[in-house]
Amino acid sequence: MDFAFSLLRQMRDSLRDLAPVVLVIGFFQLVVIRQPLPDSVQLFDLVSGLFFVVLGLTLFIKGLQLGLFPVGENLAQAFARKGSVFWLLVFAFALGFGSTVAEPALIAVAGKAAEAVAEGGLIAATETAQNQFAFNLRMVVAASVGTAVVVGVWRILTGWPLHLMIIAGYVIVLLLTLIAPQEIIGIAYDSGGVTTSTITVPLVTALGVGLATAIKGRNPMLDGFGLIAFASVMPIIFVLAYSLIMI
Amino acid sequence: MSFFVILLDTLLDILPIAAIIFGFQYLVIRKPIRHLPQVLAGFVMVLFGLAFFLQGLEQALFPMGELMALQLTSDQVLPQLASDLQRHWTDYYWVYIFAFTIGASTTIAEPSLIAVSIKAGEISGGTIDPLMLRIAVALGMAFGITLGTWRIVMGYPLHWFVLGAYILVIIQTLRSPKNIIPLAFDSGGVTTSTITVPIIAALGLGMATSIPGRSPIMDGFGMIALACLFPIITVMGYAQIAAWLEKRNGAPSPKTP
Repeated sequence: MDFAFSLLRQMRDSLRDLAPVVLVIGFFQLVVIRQPLPDSVQLFDLVSGLFFVVLGLTLFIKGLQLGLFPVGENLAQAFARKGSVFWLLVFAFALGFGSTVAEPALIAVAGKAAEAVAEGGLIAATETAQNQFAFNLRMVVAASVGTAVVVGVWRILTGWPLHLMIIAGYVIVLLLTLIAPQEIIGIAYDSGGVTTSTITVPLVTALGVGLATAIKGRNPMLDGFGLIAFASVMPIIFVLAYSLIMI
Repeated sequence: MSFFVILLDTLLDILPIAAIIFGFQYLVIRKPIRHLPQVLAGFVMVLFGLAFFLQGLEQALFPMGELMALQLTSDQVLPQLASDLQRHWTDYYWVYIFAFTIGASTTIAEPSLIAVSIKAGEISGGTIDPLMLRIAVALGMAFGITLGTWRIVMGYPLHWFVLGAYILVIIQTLRSPKNIIPLAFDSGGVTTSTITVPIIAALGLGMATSIPGRSPIMDGFGMIALACLFPIITVMGYAQIAAWLEKRNGAPSPKTP
């Protein structure tokens, strides 16, 4: 019974996320655009699709809370206390990588990026080539978040100043932007924004807070955040570097 | 794509994280997982949830974003044009209004933002007003998206805007109250929810496709990047203003004689 209630509550949250989007689009359709829907877009598909979005997001987040988060948080705390720097860094990378690979927003943007890159003629316009590009992009972004968490954990261990490292990251982004192919820049910058959402943030924050609590002289609030900040700069660097190597 | 294929693809998507979690648990930590049936049920729910979400994405979120981009840049919505005249960027004012409303409305009610802002109010000891903080984040997000649509209309290179935003962020980081900095960086991440990202991505690509002279690959991306950067700027800006106001209204600082 409790479970059914919590599922319903989660569904209400997903609906609340969706409501502003539907209201704004509905307002513009009825008041500003005032045109019938084109034949390619069926109202039934839209409504049932929105239902799938809410249902999917509800199950997804609830499933994370039941399965992944408790185990992941336990592991993060166990590794934070274990005292082995090597295993801690290996785990940090795996956590960042694994939690980014299945990120819904990243899957969505990688698919769109592959279409655009194929239209732009950088890769063959076949479905295989597009799927391959989308897969590679997701792997590169996931590896970059893994690396970001490693760097962030290393920073917590050593106590290096955060803002200097972020500024260094920005400088690397700008230098790479100068030499990277123009076509990839937009995709690279956007990939920094899609990584920090549903799965990554709770798991990575658990690791940061666990570590900061276990080490004397570290502030949980400041250090948990540092990991997220790296996780939004590192993907830009990795995707730009990847484009330099591959294209 | 049929739902079964999506389900199979999704299974491949969540295998890595399952392998990592179980691998570390059993091979390195070597302790059994507590509540194993519940954890497994959770994974099955994640699998089906992600598959449903991706199905709905293809069916509703992407088409809606593309449709809005197409219609808002069509001749029926744009103002009438005298013959042989070029479109001026101000003609696209409905696009900017739409981008701003979508950005502000999806952010102001975001549950994680509400939670973060209440916590920030407590930490600051009353200098930071939770509602004002939410408004600052929402304005930053809305401004970032609107700037992104304007950039697509004009066709300016994205890195100018990102470079400018980076410089602002760096200057503000050095000058802001120290306890607001973590929060400011976090607020850049909370604005882009799993529902808003696909809509914004489709909107940008749709605009770049339908506005003459723009190409999806050169101009279609970048709105998510700007939507993540500008909340950092507005939150630190708000904290600076709040700190300045407090200094002005409060007792004169001990340094001044």
